[in-house]
Amino acid sequence: MSPLLLTADEGEQSNVSSSPTVDCISQNGSGLKECNYMGLSDCSSVDCSAVSSSSEEKKNNLNLKATELRLGLPGSQSPGRTPELCLLNTGKHDEKPLFPLIPSKEGICSLLQKHVVSGNKRGFSDTIDVFSEVKGSVYTAGNWMIHATSDSQPPQSVGQGKFPGNSGMNVVPSSMSSGACSRILEFSGKILQEDPCSTNGISHNHKTASKNNSSAPALKAQVVGWPPIRSFRKNSLATTPKNSPIALFVKVSMDGAPYQRKVDLRTYSTYQELSTALEKMFSCFTIGQCGSQGAPGREMLSESKLRDLLHGSEYVLTYEDKDGDWMLVGDVPWVMFIESCKRLKIMRGSDAIGLAPRAMEKTSKRI
Amino acid sequence: MNYFPDEVLEHVFDFLTSHRDRNAVSLVCSLWYRVERFSRQRVFIGNCYAISPEKLIKRFPGLKSLTLKGKHHFADFNLVPYDWGGYVQPWIEALAKSRIGLEELRLKRMVVSDESLELLSRSFANFKALVLVSCEGFTTDGLAAIAANCRFLRELDLQENEIDDHSGHWLSCFPDSCTSLTSLNFACLKGEINSASLERLVARSPNLRSLRLNRSVPLETLQKILVQAPLLVDLGTGSYVHDPDSETYNKLKTTILTCKSIRNLSGFLEVDPRCLPAIFPICLNLTYLNLSYAAGIHGSELIKLIRRCAKLQRLWILDCIGDKGLEVVASTCNELQELRVFPSDPLGIGHDAVTEYGLVAISIGCPKLHSLLYFCQQMTNAALITVARNCPNFIRFRLCILDPTKPDAVTMQPLDDGFGAIVQSCKFLRRLSLTGLLTDQVFRYIGMYAEQLEMLSVAFAGNSDKGMLYVLNGCKKLRKLEIMDCPFGNGALLSDAGKYETMRSLWMSSCEITLSGCKTLAKMMPRLNVEIINEHDQMEICPEDDGQRVGKLYLYRTLVGPRKDAPEFVWNL
Repeated sequence: MSPLLLTADEGEQSNVSSSPTVDCISQNGSGLKECNYMGLSDCSSVDCSAVSSSSEEKKNNLNLKATELRLGLPGSQSPGRTPELCLLNTGKHDEKPLFPLIPSKEGICSLLQKHVVSGNKRGFSDTIDVFSEVKGSVYTAGNWMIHATSDSQPPQSVGQGKFPGNSGMNVVPSSMSSGACSRILEFSGKILQEDPCSTNGISHNHKTASKNNSSAPALKAQVVGWPPIRSFRKNSLATTPKNSPIALFVKVSMDGAPYQRKVDLRTYSTYQELSTALEKMFSCFTIGQCGSQGAPGREMLSESKLRDLLHGSEYVLTYEDKDGDWMLVGDVPWVMFIESCKRLKIMRGSDAIGLAPRAMEKTSKRI
Repeated sequence: MNYFPDEVLEHVFDFLTSHRDRNAVSLVCSLWYRVERFSRQRVFIGNCYAISPEKLIKRFPGLKSLTLKGKHHFADFNLVPYDWGGYVQPWIEALAKSRIGLEELRLKRMVVSDESLELLSRSFANFKALVLVSCEGFTTDGLAAIAANCRFLRELDLQENEIDDHSGHWLSCFPDSCTSLTSLNFACLKGEINSASLERLVARSPNLRSLRLNRSVPLETLQKILVQAPLLVDLGTGSYVHDPDSETYNKLKTTILTCKSIRNLSGFLEVDPRCLPAIFPICLNLTYLNLSYAAGIHGSELIKLIRRCAKLQRLWILDCIGDKGLEVVASTCNELQELRVFPSDPLGIGHDAVTEYGLVAISIGCPKLHSLLYFCQQMTNAALITVARNCPNFIRFRLCILDPTKPDAVTMQPLDDGFGAIVQSCKFLRRLSLTGLLTDQVFRYIGMYAEQLEMLSVAFAGNSDKGMLYVLNGCKKLRKLEIMDCPFGNGALLSDAGKYETMRSLWMSSCEITLSGCKTLAKMMPRLNVEIINEHDQMEICPEDDGQRVGKLYLYRTLVGPRKDAPEFVWNL
């Protein structure tokens, strides 16, 4: 009687075996457009044109929203390029970085008023190269919403199409199906490496991609009206902190650095993560020092050398606990650490000798 | 029938409570029409622009309870501009001028001003119930007027409204003589309220059965309130955060043990999961649990809680429960009738998700399920087919894959067959929302099988006009059709213009229809309002260029012609 139900039991295939009454099923394949998974130009012209025209309309729609949400990097790159951008390498220490690493739940929007949607301007090409090998970290450009302009956007239509899977790279082509407008990622150390945000848009919400961890970038296109959640609910959840009720921001100072930073300890779950993040955060200062000590030029400074600087002989990570004592980071379990840590300090190795004998050897093992 | 006195007819009609039945009865003959209209007390108006307040008042002089809906459903998702319309002011003015003794007003997606609320509060001496859902335009000053002036107020229910919060004093405006409250819901308010006023109000409201607090109400206040209101049936907590070792928390634990009547539990906008054990004793009584705003409760704590709620009939939850959590729901909540799973992180990045596994598990464990809203990462045809087989009783089936054009996660095929199975199996399906990679085929199934379908929501689906045609031709009971981003054009739009008079409304945005198609339709059907919504930036749209695509079309049947309060950017063709 019902061919769909009867035949479906048999297997997992969605192509149910044909039945006389519902011939459409047997023609399932032919009835379908040959859209490949990437939704590229194989799509019917109807779909594509629908999409591209609606994209123009949406562009206008979204421009209003775009100004409040868009995040563009100073040297914005088109999708697919190697993540070469780093955020703190500007060398302009007295200028607030455009992409501070402080995770902020919703307030990032305000920072992005000065978005740079500048296509392929490469203002920082020199310094960028230094960090070309930085990977899997908070600062990888791939983890940032790269706002590509229409020029650099790959020719894709949305409509019936799908978007490439993702890796850590979240790319927002600006004139995607609906005039994509990027939403802000929650910038936090461990989250960034994986999932793009599920935004008010066609969010290729690759929560499953986190399991796949494929390497293609995720395309974030924002469509007004998607996902279909009441704005009241959306706003409400946005202001409600998710993972823990309290963020634990502590100051991080480094000897010789002109200013301090703050990190949210709750965004890390191991010492390793914290250490990596701090390395990245303070690497620029280190480079400066390195240079002045006659180390090889910036271009040749690699990640491992950085590590050496921080780990090996130069620096030691310490914290001030609730009692006001300066302790070496790494002795107690992580959870205990974050409950007692009031602030962090990256001390020069030489200063840290008094803190604990063989401190440097300890740290090079632990951190 | 002529020899029945009117009173007898009226008495018989009293047993008809559904407005549809009463509408039907009024069409039988003019006698019945007359008797019915004089005896009607409750009126439901699904589109406030379909009729005018004056006509309403004329027809139903005995009106006591009015329900009005304003903006289209997609206004929830920011698709309708702010000042599109849907003002309640003209209604209240007209009712106030008349001799209608209004007692209840329920509004959804309407623009309500403080002035309207003030007028409302002063015009109807016997006003008893105000329910506002997804409304906007008013502040707590308006609420203060309601509190102060409605002497017999029983119900003040504010659900998910955007309210400008000026201060918490409105609560203090309930006079000491007000002791009639049965239901108070201010969970959507963002500001502080005066705890002492709240406690006193509860203390003098012996009939209070439903109380939903906002997030500013601390746990101490909750405890004190529960002492005063042990007969509460419906509770929405405020800030559910406290030190679990404190005396206050221990007092709460004891107090809750006395609240044996609580059947509905919601809130937890702020929550410390360590305090959840206090509510464990009442979990077994719960029939409705809404944790969809409780982002602070995670997987394992959530599961611990749900394991105790064996009698749940309605569950609203966030997707951080995960597939595993849904399996627990399936094994625990065998009485479940309605499930809503919301995405926990619509604006950010989340690792949690639910997939087709969770849904299949639910369908196995909860055979009584009839209403579903499911936001998920992915879906498969096989899963949908299984669900269709396990749960043939669906009345509402709304599936939202967050990536709207995602195919079957396993086979990469469109999800046509899966949804086809749903409509074929669920013969009483009234509401359906589709997502995923979908071709015209799914609409063919819908047209063929979804005989009771009244509301269909579609996005990013279909290949051609045929899709829409299948639906228009096949679904005889269709009342609301809303479409976004589908390749349906003028051919589909104009194929059966008369159909739209049998429906409440049609919405099409980002489709293939053009201005000329809409103009043609408007000319053919004078009793439809055909509105084009132009966004503010699209000033390049020229009214003469008929070939241009229409961004947003909203058309609805009406007895009163084009509305007079349409803003500039809305063209009524």
